[in-house]
Amino acid sequence: MKNSIIELKNISVSYDDERVLNDINLEINDKEFVTLLGPSGCGKTTILRVIAGFLEQESGDVVFSGKIINGVPSYKRQVNTIFQRYALFPHLNVFENIAFGLRLKKLPEEEIKAKVAEMLSLVNLSGMEKRKIHNLSGGQQQRVAIARAIANNPRVLLLDEPLAALDLKLRKDMQNELKKIQQQLGITFIFVTHDQEEALSMSDRVVVMDNGKIQQIGTPQDIYNEPNNAFVADFIGESNILDGIMKEDFLAEFSGQTFKCLDSGFGINEKVDVVVRPEDVDIVDADKGMLIGVVTSVTFLGVHYEIIVDIGGFKWMIQTTDEHKVDEHVGLFIEPDAIHIMKKSEYSGKYGDYSSYSDEIDHLSEFEEDE
Amino acid sequence: MNKKSLGQNLLRAPYVLWAALFVIVPLVIMGYYALTDANGVFSLSNFSDLGRYKKAFFLSLVYAFISTIITLLIAYPLAYFMTKCKPGAQRMIMILTMLPMWTNFLIRTYSWITILSNTGIINTLLGKIGIGPLPLINRPGTVILGMVYDFLPYMILPIYNVMSKIDFSLTEAAEDLGANKLRVISKVIFPLSLPGVISGITMVFVPSVSTFYISQKLGGNKTMLIGDMIEYLFNLGPDYYNVASAISMVLMAIILVSLFIMNRFSDDADGGVVI
Repeated sequence: MKNSIIELKNISVSYDDERVLNDINLEINDKEFVTLLGPSGCGKTTILRVIAGFLEQESGDVVFSGKIINGVPSYKRQVNTIFQRYALFPHLNVFENIAFGLRLKKLPEEEIKAKVAEMLSLVNLSGMEKRKIHNLSGGQQQRVAIARAIANNPRVLLLDEPLAALDLKLRKDMQNELKKIQQQLGITFIFVTHDQEEALSMSDRVVVMDNGKIQQIGTPQDIYNEPNNAFVADFIGESNILDGIMKEDFLAEFSGQTFKCLDSGFGINEKVDVVVRPEDVDIVDADKGMLIGVVTSVTFLGVHYEIIVDIGGFKWMIQTTDEHKVDEHVGLFIEPDAIHIMKKSEYSGKYGDYSSYSDEIDHLSEFEEDE
Repeated sequence: MNKKSLGQNLLRAPYVLWAALFVIVPLVIMGYYALTDANGVFSLSNFSDLGRYKKAFFLSLVYAFISTIITLLIAYPLAYFMTKCKPGAQRMIMILTMLPMWTNFLIRTYSWITILSNTGIINTLLGKIGIGPLPLINRPGTVILGMVYDFLPYMILPIYNVMSKIDFSLTEAAEDLGANKLRVISKVIFPLSLPGVISGITMVFVPSVSTFYISQKLGGNKTMLIGDMIEYLFNLGPDYYNVASAISMVLMAIILVSLFIMNRFSDDADGGVVI
């Protein structure tokens, strides 16, 4: 028996004839930290809005704690949201913002005071009760938003890219703090982000989405090590995605060579996508390599070098701590467990090699935009 | 340095001249008349006589108060409704709101006479089916109607202006925290739209309290408002300039006090009056 708190069954949503959610099925367990991860417009925020009750699905059921809650207005749902731009009430001070939900419940004044004080100390803002919202920094506003949402004792907290507006250092701190709060209070968190690092580091499970569909659900390790398709492999971390053929179980052919691997269950000579993570490739002397190529670019990133190697026209990305020179002939050595085989999908061929590396950076900055 | 300040002086010269000629000078003249008697001798008797006009003062305040409340009751829900409409519909309602303002208000007041008088459109139509004529004109209610009709756009525009800028996510945040639609309005929308409400009230109350034309045309001679009284006294001739000026001064003081009180409200609401 699973301890599911929210279940989405065959949820579909369209805006102006455009499908934004396509037959979503998702089960979220009590006290779980689940992240919805995907690029802009993939439908992750729409899922939050359906759960919060701001948006009614066209078809399918939302189940909360065993009960179908379709059509229940948002103010009656035991769910609270932290909005992307916090949506703090500018006419109320910090205290009254946090007390907003408590006052609606008509709790006694003493109880409200105690609860607000508890929330403020939880988010390290004690003593800020009287502050006006517009006198707070972004990070402080973020904390007030967290306190305001949690003060209502929700069973589920929905977080819509809550850290997107913060600078990098603050974001890291808040990630840790949110995780701590989640564990301390035992609330289910459903966290929306386009930042894969954030998703991997915070979540119990990650739901990778694209194009209104769930691409993969799994632990951060599963998602990273065993991506379902080329989209997931490309979106989570860096990856070299090659066309390959599964000769037989545990034997794959790509780049004109056959490699031992740990994957099985494919048809004989089935066409597949092959993923090799850049950190799993060893650079060796040219005569000892399984593949041989030429270094075309070397970028020093502090922890490691990012090296692009051209092998028969396919540019591999390799991360290594050893220094190599451009135009150097090198060999690549790939262990069987570094190879991950995926079935062909609609995404096959869309994510190629690293020949246009700068595109990748544009690609990333696109995600910074709002949905 | 000098050139710049010369430029600045040139820029503000037209307005300074305008204000001096048409605001300051008339105020000084009015003050002079108010504080002197018919022979030009200093006197406070104009003010001590004002008790005779207290009915007109009182009526003006009551009428202005009632019309302001009614315009607010019409404008506020309309402005709220507008913010919920699609942009195209919002523009359309906006144009319909502004359209009457493009016609001079004297003409619009006259058209009410055409509609409401005993031989007007409504009573002619009613007469055809054997009813009436109903006494639609020359009643206090008709004056209020005229004021509400004339000043309604001045209430709608500032409220809509402020309300349409309220971040929609605040509504969702309130619902999320357990507020039903009514609570969202009372706890979030209303407090945040208060600066617009204050502006609207100011922009309707001030012209209402000093109005004179509407009451004459639509109220017959039964309702003499303070604006009518001032006009009447000035029309009587120079002998009455002094007391008419005194009434004007007091009316101005009443308006200033009202504005001051309004501004205090909007300070509490954490925003300035938007006019």
